[in-house]
Amino acid sequence: MSIDLSQFHQVFFEESFEGLDIMESSLLALDLTEVDAETINTIFRAAHSIKGGAGTFGFMQVSSFTHVVETLLDEIRAGDRGIEQDHVDLFLQCVDCLRGLMSDLQAGSEPDMTQADDLKIKFEAILAGGEVIAEDNDEAGTQTGNSDISHASPDDSGEKGWKIEFIPCEDVLCTGNEPYRMFRELQELAEEGEGKGLEVIPHLERLPDFSSMHPEMCYMSWTIIVRADIELSEIEEIFEWVVDDCDIRYQRLSECDLSTLEVHQAVGSTAEVAEVEVEATVALATKNKEVDKITAAAPVVSEKIEKALEKVAVKKAPKVEKKAAAKPAENTSIRVSIDKIDGLINMVGELVITQSMLGQLGQEFDVSRLQSLQEGLSQLEQNTRELQESVMKIRMLPISFAFSRFPRLVRDLSKQLDKEVELVMLGENTELDKTVMEKIGDPLVHLVRNSLDHGLESVQNRTDNGKSRAGTITLNAYHHGGNIVIEVKDDGAGLNKERIRKKAIEKGIIGEDEHLTDSQIYDLIFQAGFSTADVVSDVSGRGVGMDVVRRNIAELNGSIDVSSKDGEGSTFSIRLPLTLAILDGQLVRVGEEVYIFPLVSIVESIQLEKSMLNNITGNQFVMQLRNEYVPIVSLQDIFNIDGEKKDLEGAMLVVVEGDTEKVGIVVDELLGQQQVVIKSLEQNYEKVDSISGATILGDGTVALIVDISGLNNKSSENKSEDQTQAA
Amino acid sequence: MATILAVDDSASMRQMVAFTLKGAGYDVQEASDGSEALSIAKTRKFDLVLSDVNMPVMDGIELVTELRKLGDYKFVPVLMLTTESAGDKKMAGKQAGATGWIVKPFNPEQLLNTIKKVLG
Repeated sequence: MSIDLSQFHQVFFEESFEGLDIMESSLLALDLTEVDAETINTIFRAAHSIKGGAGTFGFMQVSSFTHVVETLLDEIRAGDRGIEQDHVDLFLQCVDCLRGLMSDLQAGSEPDMTQADDLKIKFEAILAGGEVIAEDNDEAGTQTGNSDISHASPDDSGEKGWKIEFIPCEDVLCTGNEPYRMFRELQELAEEGEGKGLEVIPHLERLPDFSSMHPEMCYMSWTIIVRADIELSEIEEIFEWVVDDCDIRYQRLSECDLSTLEVHQAVGSTAEVAEVEVEATVALATKNKEVDKITAAAPVVSEKIEKALEKVAVKKAPKVEKKAAAKPAENTSIRVSIDKIDGLINMVGELVITQSMLGQLGQEFDVSRLQSLQEGLSQLEQNTRELQESVMKIRMLPISFAFSRFPRLVRDLSKQLDKEVELVMLGENTELDKTVMEKIGDPLVHLVRNSLDHGLESVQNRTDNGKSRAGTITLNAYHHGGNIVIEVKDDGAGLNKERIRKKAIEKGIIGEDEHLTDSQIYDLIFQAGFSTADVVSDVSGRGVGMDVVRRNIAELNGSIDVSSKDGEGSTFSIRLPLTLAILDGQLVRVGEEVYIFPLVSIVESIQLEKSMLNNITGNQFVMQLRNEYVPIVSLQDIFNIDGEKKDLEGAMLVVVEGDTEKVGIVVDELLGQQQVVIKSLEQNYEKVDSISGATILGDGTVALIVDISGLNNKSSENKSEDQTQAA
Repeated sequence: MATILAVDDSASMRQMVAFTLKGAGYDVQEASDGSEALSIAKTRKFDLVLSDVNMPVMDGIELVTELRKLGDYKFVPVLMLTTESAGDKKMAGKQAGATGWIVKPFNPEQLLNTIKKVLG
C-alpha cells in the first residue's frame, strides 16, 4: 500500500507556521531571570512537532536542522543547561530561518540552506562546548538489552536456531503486552526462516497459592525454541518493548543441550490455573502445532483456552462503518469559534420563524391585520440586521493577529538602534475583518518603526531630559462608532514642527512664508518624498514612508491622523471601517443618478457662496475654505450626466478628503445616510475610473460608490490638462 | 475491524495516521490531546490507542497513566509515537504503562506493520 503524503503537506505547513509563531511569542515572553518551565515546554513542543512532521513528510533538511534546535531546547527543558540571552537570540534566528525554509517548501522550490547550515554550526558549537555530556542511553538500552550473548558468527556445525528463556515481569499484561503476540511473531519469523517451527514450553513454578493469586498478573514463564536460521536481532526486535522489564536470555541451539529441557509441570493439574490466566486475557493458545504437541497431555486446557478466546473475540466491539478520509484544504482558511457558528444558526432559526409568520399572514391577509404585518416586518428587519452582524463576525479576527509580530520587531529594532523600549499592547481582543487585518499589517509596521526610530530619543537624551530610560510604545485598538481605531503612540520627543517646516520648504512642498496650523504641519509628513531623518537609516527614513502608509489606509476606506506634543510624544491614529463588505455611505443625487460617498472621507457639506469662489483657468474653479484653497469638481462633468448645467453659486458642495487633498464635489441634493453592502464592479462588470464599487438600494436600483482617491487624482489630471491647454 | 484511537496535537500527523489506518480498514477516531482522548476513551472502548508524547493540556505519558486506571483499558495496547532522541521518554512511557512505541519519523508502511503485529 502506498500513500501519497503530499496531501498532508498543506496542513503541515499551516501548523508549522502556527508553531513558529508560538515559538516566537514564547521566546519573547521568556523572562531570563525567572524561567518558566511551561514556556520552555511550549517552545520545545513546537520545535518537536515541526521536526517530527518534517521527518514524516520527507523534508529531511528541515528535520535535521530542527533536530539540533530541539536538542538544545531539550537540555534546557531537562534543566541540564541554563538558558542565556544568546540562546534566545539564536532560537529567534532559527524561527526566521525555519519560516523561510517552510515558505520555500510550500512554494515548491528547493529551500536555501545557507542560513540554516550556519545556525546549525552555532548550535552544534553550543551543544559540544557545553558542560553537558550528551548521553544516548536510548541506543544502549534497546540494542543490548539483557542479553549477554556474543554476536559471533554462528557455529555451522550445530542446529540453527535459538533457545529463549522468557521470564516476564508479573505486571507485563498491565502494559498491554501479551506474550501471545510475541509467540505469534516468533512463529512467523520461524516460518520465514524456513525453520521447523516453534516450541513453547510453559513454566508454572512461579505460580503462587490460588488464594494469593492476582488475576491480572502473569506468573508464567516460557522456554521458547525457535528452530530457524535467523539473526538474534530479529528476535530481539520482537521483545523490544518488554526487554527492560522482563528477564530474557538467548542462547544458540548449537550451544545448548536440549536434552536438559524439562516440562516442569504436570499440565493436567493446572487446568484451573490456566483458566484464571485466560480471564486475565492471556491468549496463550496458538494455532501452532508444536505448542499443541506439548499441551496435548492436557486437552482440557487447550479446549478451555480456545473457548475463552472465542469469547474474547465475540466481545470485541462491533464493526463501525469506515469514514471517508477528509480532504486536505488547499485554500486559505479561517478558524471560526463554535460560538459564532451557533449564534449564526440561532439567527437563521429566528429568521425562519419570522418568515413563516409573515407567510401565514400573507395567505389570509386582511386590512385589520395591518399591525401584525408591521410587527412582522420590524421583526424581519431585526432578524436581518442580527444575521448580518453574525455573518460579519465570522470574518472578524482579534487584532492580536496583526499585533503579534510587534514584540519581536520592537525587540530587534531597539537592539539595533540601541534604545530601550517597552511595548504596551492594549485592546488586543478588538475584532477586525480578516481582509482589513491583512492589509493593515504593513502600514502598522511602518508606523511602529517610525516611532521607534524617529519618535523615541536615545537613552542618553531621555535621561538628560529627566525621562525614564526606556521609552514606551503603545499600540491600542478600540471600536469607535462603527469604526475601529488603532493608535500607535510613543512617549518620545514629539514631532519637531520647525524641522518639518524647514524640510517642507526645502522640498518645495510649501512656500517659505506660508502660515500653517500645527495640524497642517503634522500633515506634511504624509506628503510624498518627505523624510526628516538626517541620516537615512535602514530602519526607516527612506522617504517612501508616510505617504504610502496614508495611501494604503485610504484604500481600506480609512484615514490616519497624527497628534503630537513637544517633549511628550506623538500619536498616530488609524481609523478603519470594521469591514470592507459594508460601508457607511452618504447618498447624494446628481441629475437623476444617486451616488454614494464613503462617510469616512466626508469632511463637511456646505452651500457655496460667491465670495468663496475663485476661477483659476477656463472652467476650473477653486474655493477658499477658511484659509485653504480647495478645487471644485462636478460629478456631472466627470460622469457626463445629462441635465441642466447649474450655476456654482448656491450649489450644494460636499468636501471630501482622499489621500491628502481635499476636493469639493458639486451635487444636486444630499439624501440620507445608510449602510450599504459593497458589490464589486470589477467582478460583475469591469473596472470604472473613480468608482470603487456599487450597491443595490432599497428600491432595487443600483447606486455607484465614488472612489474619492480616484476622483482626486482625476481632478488633478484635469487641472494639469487645463493648464497645458491654457499655456 | 479493530478500532483505534489516534492522538496527536499535530493535525498533519493525525491526518496522516488516520488516513493510513482507515485505508487499511481500521475504524479510527482522532483526538488532539490527551484530555480529549481520555474523554473519548471513556465513552467507547478501543482495541488500540496510538498517542503522541508531547502534547499540550495532557501529554501522552499522563494519558497512559489515566487510561490504565480505567477498567476497560487495563490491558489495551497503547503505543507511543516517540522520536529517536527521546530515550528517557520511552522509559517514562513504559513506566506509565505504555505497551510500546513507534519511532518518528515513520512512514505509513512502518506504522501499519507495527499495528498489524500488535492487533494480530
